[in-house]
Parts: sequence; C-alpha cells; structure tokens
Amino acid sequence: MYGLGILKGLGVTIRHFIDTYKNDVFYGFNKGKPAEEFGVRQGTKSEGIYTVQYPDEKVAVPERFRFTPFLVVNDADHPDAPGEDWCTSCGICSKVCPPQCIWIVRGTDPATGRPVPQPEAFFIDIDICMNCGFCAEFCPFDAIKMDHDYEMSNYDRTSVNIHDKERLSKPFSYYRSIAPTTAEEEADARGGWEHTDVIKEKKKAEAAAAKAAAAAAPKPAAVPVAEATADAAPVAEAVTAPAPEASADDEEQKKAERLAKREAALARKKAKGE
Amino acid sequence: MVDYEVQAPPTTGSAQDAAAYLKAKFPGAVSDDTRPGFQGVIVEAGKLTEVAQAIRDELGYNYLSSATAVDYHGAGDHMEMVYHAYRISGGGALNFKVQTDREKPVIPSLVSLYPGADFQEREAYDLYGIHFSGHPNLKRILMWEGFEGHPMRKDWKEAYYEGEAKPFDSRWPSGWVHRAEEKNIYGSNVRYPADFDLSKLADRSDEAVYSSASIGVDYQRMTDPDDIRTDQLVVNMGPHHPSTHGVFRMVLKLDGETITGLEPVMGYLHRNHEKIGERNTYLHNIPFTDRLDYISSMGNNFGYVMAVEQLMALGARYTAPTYRSEVIRVLMAELTRIVNHLWSIGFFLNDIGAFFTPMLYANAEREKILDFFEATAGSRLMCNYMRFGGVFKDLPERIRSTANLMNDKIRDYNTMEFLSDMINERLPRFLEEYDRYLTGNEILLERTVGQGVLSAQDAIAMSCAGPLLRGSGVAYDVRRADPYSIYPELDFDIPVGKQGDLFDRYKVRMDEMHESLRILRQLLPRLEQTKGEDIMVGTKAYSPRIPQGEAYGRVENPKGELGFYVVSWGDAKGTQNPWRYHVRAPSFINLTALGPMSVGQKVADVVAILGSIDIVLGETDR
Repeated sequence: MYGLGILKGLGVTIRHFIDTYKNDVFYGFNKGKPAEEFGVRQGTKSEGIYTVQYPDEKVAVPERFRFTPFLVVNDADHPDAPGEDWCTSCGICSKVCPPQCIWIVRGTDPATGRPVPQPEAFFIDIDICMNCGFCAEFCPFDAIKMDHDYEMSNYDRTSVNIHDKERLSKPFSYYRSIAPTTAEEEADARGGWEHTDVIKEKKKAEAAAAKAAAAAAPKPAAVPVAEATADAAPVAEAVTAPAPEASADDEEQKKAERLAKREAALARKKAKGE
Repeated sequence: MVDYEVQAPPTTGSAQDAAAYLKAKFPGAVSDDTRPGFQGVIVEAGKLTEVAQAIRDELGYNYLSSATAVDYHGAGDHMEMVYHAYRISGGGALNFKVQTDREKPVIPSLVSLYPGADFQEREAYDLYGIHFSGHPNLKRILMWEGFEGHPMRKDWKEAYYEGEAKPFDSRWPSGWVHRAEEKNIYGSNVRYPADFDLSKLADRSDEAVYSSASIGVDYQRMTDPDDIRTDQLVVNMGPHHPSTHGVFRMVLKLDGETITGLEPVMGYLHRNHEKIGERNTYLHNIPFTDRLDYISSMGNNFGYVMAVEQLMALGARYTAPTYRSEVIRVLMAELTRIVNHLWSIGFFLNDIGAFFTPMLYANAEREKILDFFEATAGSRLMCNYMRFGGVFKDLPERIRSTANLMNDKIRDYNTMEFLSDMINERLPRFLEEYDRYLTGNEILLERTVGQGVLSAQDAIAMSCAGPLLRGSGVAYDVRRADPYSIYPELDFDIPVGKQGDLFDRYKVRMDEMHESLRILRQLLPRLEQTKGEDIMVGTKAYSPRIPQGEAYGRVENPKGELGFYVVSWGDAKGTQNPWRYHVRAPSFINLTALGPMSVGQKVADVVAILGSIDIVLGETDR
C-alpha cells in the first residue's frame, strides 16, 4: 500500500517522542535530576532524545580528556619544596608540539652561567595549541599535563591567551583530582608520588646509606681484617660526614625562600586577576 | 643488456611482472626506479600516454588511485609525477612515475585515459606549476586564479615563514614568546613584482569558472549590462549554502530547472595541509590528519601511521605493531565507519527535505560512540589516537568521568560492558529501527530511486571510492582488495548497489554499518583474549628514525579510499621531516563525478547528489 512506509516511519517518531518524556514523567520533571538518572540517560540504556542543559547542567569529562596543557608543581603544603616546578626545562614538549606553541626559557645559574634544570619562563600560546596532548604524553618527568578546564573564552586575544608560567602552574593535588587513575599509574611507573629526580636522589641516598652500612658492618671473617677496616672507615665517614645541623639550616633557609617566592607569585597572580 | 621477450600481458600477476612487461614493450622509455627504498618504474614523459594506455588496457590496471607531484628541489632538481594504479579486481599497486624539468615542467595529461586524474592533475598544476598538455580544463583548483606562485614547491615560502622544518630553534632553550604577526606584520614573504599596480589587482577566478568547459558562458557578454539574455541562467550555489556541508560552491548552468552544466569550485578551506605536513616531523602529522576528515579522525590516523610504518619497515630494525594494537585499531576504524555513516545518512536525509529528525536520531547514537572515543583517546573528534607501532593508550578500565570542581554529574561504566552493549544491543536495535523509519518511506524512494545515476564504468574511470563506487555495483573495498591490518582474518561482506543511484548509495551505507557491527562482534572476544598485552612496540619515541624511501599507505575510510603518499630522505638529509606528504583525499576525488552525475537533473537533485557523495570540506580542500 502506498504510504505505508510513511506511516511506519511516523510510528517511530511517536515512539521516540514518548521515550523522550518517559523518564521526565518518571522523575516528575525534576530539574535537578538525580545523578543516577543522568547516568542512565548518558549510558547505553537511554531512550529518546535527551538534551543536557549546558551551562546549567554539565557533562563531566572523562579522565583522559585533554584540553590545554598545564604545568605540575608541588603542592603548597609540600614538606620539602612547596610550589617547586616539576619541569626541568629539557625542551622535549616544545619539540614534539605540532603547532609549536610552547616556548621555554631554560634557567641558568647566575653565578656560573650554566643551565639548571628549571625553567626561567614558560609560555604556551593557547590560540595555537591544537589540544593534541603530545607534550603530556612525551614529557619524561610527568611535569606537563592536559587540563580539563574548557571554559576559557575571553574578550582579548592578544595577551590573555599567552599563558605564562604563573598561569600554567597548578599543584600536583589538582592533577590527582582530575585524573586519579592515570596519576596513580604514572606514580607506579616512577616509583613514588614524588618527582622522578627526587625519587632517584632518594634511591641514590638509600643505596649509598645501605652501602655505607654494609661497609661499616663487620666483614665476614674470610676477608683480611686489616684491609677491610682501612677501606671501610673513610667511606663511612664520607657518607655520614655532612653534618646534619649545617645542611638542615641551609635547607630551612631555601625552603623559606621558596615559600616566600611562591607566595609572592600567588599574590601577583591574584592582583592581576582582580 | 637483458634481452626481454615480449609475452602476453600479465593481467593478474604482480607489479613486478607488469613492470617487466612494460620494460620489454617500451625499451628505453620505461626503467626501474633504482633509488633505495623506491618502487615502481620511471616512464619517459614523451611516451607516457602510450605506456599508460598499455597499463590500463593490456595490464588491466584500470583504477588510478592517486596521481601526485613531488618537487625534488636540491635533490636531483626535477619534478616528478607519481601515479598509483590498481586493478579493480584487487591486488597491489603499479607505481609509475614521470620526471620533468623543474623550470618548464610539462607532462602529457592522462585525463583521456583516466578521467579520475582530472582534479589531481589540476591540483598538481595549481600547487606545483606542472603543465599537463591535453588537459581539457587546466586551471587552478585550490588556490584562486591570479595567485602568485605555486605553494607546494620547495622554494616557495608561506607568510609568517619561520623555518624549513620543525622543531623551530626559537622555542627552546631561550624561547621568549612572540606572535608571528607581531614580528612580521605583513611579512617579508609578501612580495609584489616591481611593476605591479595594486589597483589592477583582480581575482580572475569567476571569469575562469564561467568560461570553463562545463559552463561555457561568454563572461564578457554575461557581465555586459546592455546584453540581456534569458535563455541561459548561471546560478551559484554556495560557498555559503546550507546544502553544501561547508564552504563549497557549485556553479550551475540551467535550462529552466534542468542542469546543463556544473562546475565545482573549492579551496575555500584550503590551508595547504601538505606543506604544513612537510614542515612537520613525522609525529607532528598525526594530529594534523585528524583535521582532514574530521568526522572520521580515527581512520585518518590509521592511514597515516600505516604509511609511515611501511617506511619504517624498509629499515633494518622494525617490528610490526602488536596484535592487540591492531585489534584496537580496527575496532576504532569500524566504530568510526558507523559514526560517519550515521552522520552522512542523517545529513543526506536533511538534504532531501526530512529536516533534522532523522539526523538527530542518528546523532544520538553517534554521541555514545564518541563518549567511548573521548574516554579512550581524550577527545571526541580530534582523536589523535594512533602511533607508529601501536596506539596511544590501552582501552580504559572504566568509561568514567572524574569529579572535579566544574563537573557535578558523574558517569561510570565498565568499558567492555559499554562496548558490548553498544555492539550487541543498542546499535543493531537502532539500525533496525532506522531501517523501519526510513528505507520504506515513499518520499525517500521518490527522491532517490533512479536519481543521480553513476554507471560502474564511469565510477571506476573517475577513480570514485567508497560507498559511491560500491553503490554503482563495483565490489571494491581496500579491506578486501588490498588487505591490511587484521582484516584478512575477519569475516564480513561488501555490500554493493545495483544501479548506482542515490538510493543504492544510501542502502550501501546502511548495509556497511551492519557489516561493521559484524566485524565489531568478532573483535570483542579478541579484545578479551589479548587483555593486558602490549599496545606499543618498543618504547615510545618522539623522533622515530625513518629510513629513505617512499610509501603509499591506504585504508578504506568511511568516505572512500584514503591514501597517504610519504617520501622520506632518511638520514641523508639530516632532518626527520617527510620530504613529501600527500593525502589522497576521497572527498576530493569523488567530486570528479559530481558534474557528470548532475547534468540532466533538477536543481533540487543536485543537493541530494552532493549529499550522497558525502564530502567533508576539511578533506576536500586540505
């Protein structure tokens, strides 16, 4: 019969129409929809057409979602180095960046003029960034990660969209909050929650301490006694020699300096924002 | 001298047999390409037409997949035209090349033998300045008439030119940021000839379009206000026309409501993707391929990494991608096919007047697949998922959103459950419903059956690909004809149409989605079996060493055969950037058939015909 196809099609539309409002009726047209209902509608069991009322309602993004990059720094309450950059300014992210939107100024020691593993400045031109995530993928120090904040519109193209180090830096705890599983995997790969270098140093120190301890410990009787003591004594001294008092003071001072620097930076940022 | 004996032409053998036959038949005019890593034969320019005739008629390579130019500036200083021809019955490529002078490049046109070379030769003329003697409509295609220079030539520099190759030195170690336009407001790259009169600056594109062969209007008379003629009407559809799916323009010549000529005009979205690709390193190009056909970025990634992996395979230390990564790649490619066909059918229905309801139904399903892409690759459209030797990351344990300050609504699903629900229940149910909704609809049938017919011979000759080719009854699918990845072990059919009209193309797309689901159902157990296996070969390197050579990697993308022709100079040139990076874009080459299909149809049908080709302007214009 001519027209049967059209009628069949109209049946489908009516079913879709009913399905679309079925859940609404079930939940009493509740605007603040319960989370489990949202989950059903976003999942494979949903029926009908469903619109998420952005910006009143937002679909949460998955963990691997990538928008623009940010730099990971230590938390403000980090015991040793609060606010310290994880970035070592090795430049790999700026090399793998397809549109070349990452600009890094490598830090130099003012006394010796030699490069130090810390960026003096770090810029990302967000206008040019193509959100590919290569920087985060290839960073050997897990120091640059992709952010989830996608609401970045503003009225000024020329200056606001070049993000500097202050704007880019976000604490490690923030990264753990947006990507808990990935952060854990990466920490497993590194061997701890700290920066790779810190972990390495710790391991080195541990190894050295273990070695020293082993050396200090009495050797098996088979080893000639005279040689063993002659070798072991200076090593043990060398390891334990750096007096805890002096270095601790130094560390304290450095830590205070860093904290002050961080606070000043945050204050500047705040002032700029307002 | 080897004494060749001319034998009967091998119509089924390998490309080597074909090359041997050609060398015997045309002694002196055909020789092997002996550069390390290069394949195929080099044909003398004067003999090209005869050799191509033999290739097509005697050897049976009747499907010209790709024709592109390479500029060997500073590396032999010649231009080269590279052709990849295939047999429509399947098998590998016969790769033949013609070399010509860089200063006065002239090559005989192959349009009379392979009409599919039409747009590709025009592109080579536009971007490389190669003249094709005998081409019926040799004018620029992506740039406008009056553009100075040929941008793909190695010595041509774009505005805001910064360096020959990335990474640029200004970024590190003293990367004080600047904007290109601040340093270089108009750019020293913008040059006017000494005797140039700015007041005479004119875009001659319109004149060229209106006087082209298919329109054939006397431009002088058309623009003469005293001469009013009514028997011929030229109508511009686009570039800003909702039916053109982007910035695409069709110039129609009408006799009443009937079309007597159609000239496609494109390039409004041209960004010289290939030039960017040649400045990039190999790795940089992966996210750029996402931007070609942005509906099916996973497929684009697949084609590109395959081409580069072919190059890597020329080297000494190469391991093929792991089995799990191949399974994941095919999973993504087939999901992409469904995504694309849902989109394309939805918009096709829009084009024939079923406004937005079918499209929204289809898009609701597409969204679910994109959710999976987003959870796996990090992005819904610009997936950037595949890498040389594997994929970015394994499938996540759970498709879940994480709580943070901005997002209050949480979703949490097990990935494998989500996938199997989609593949086994939701999508089949939807396709069945969609079929019931549309396929029997009398209005749809009236609009599509018998309209926009393309015969099988024409489809092959015009190098059409994908559902356009299969809708015309040619069962040519790269997944079967020249298999790659794990497709040989998968069980699926190739749906074809009967008469090559709009309905057949619609039906082929519907059936292909069912076939994709069939493939996906076979992939699920493979995913379970390989759980926990490596998804990458070796360690991830940001600058893989690519040996010298050429490669043409092609995949069956949803829109048709997507090919990447990549030439590498290896370490010889010092840099790790492709010397040539060419995209054989199905959206672009399929448009060759638009004019011939539309002539004789009504204006409203052109919209439907264009919709049935299914183009994406990001890929057409590149």
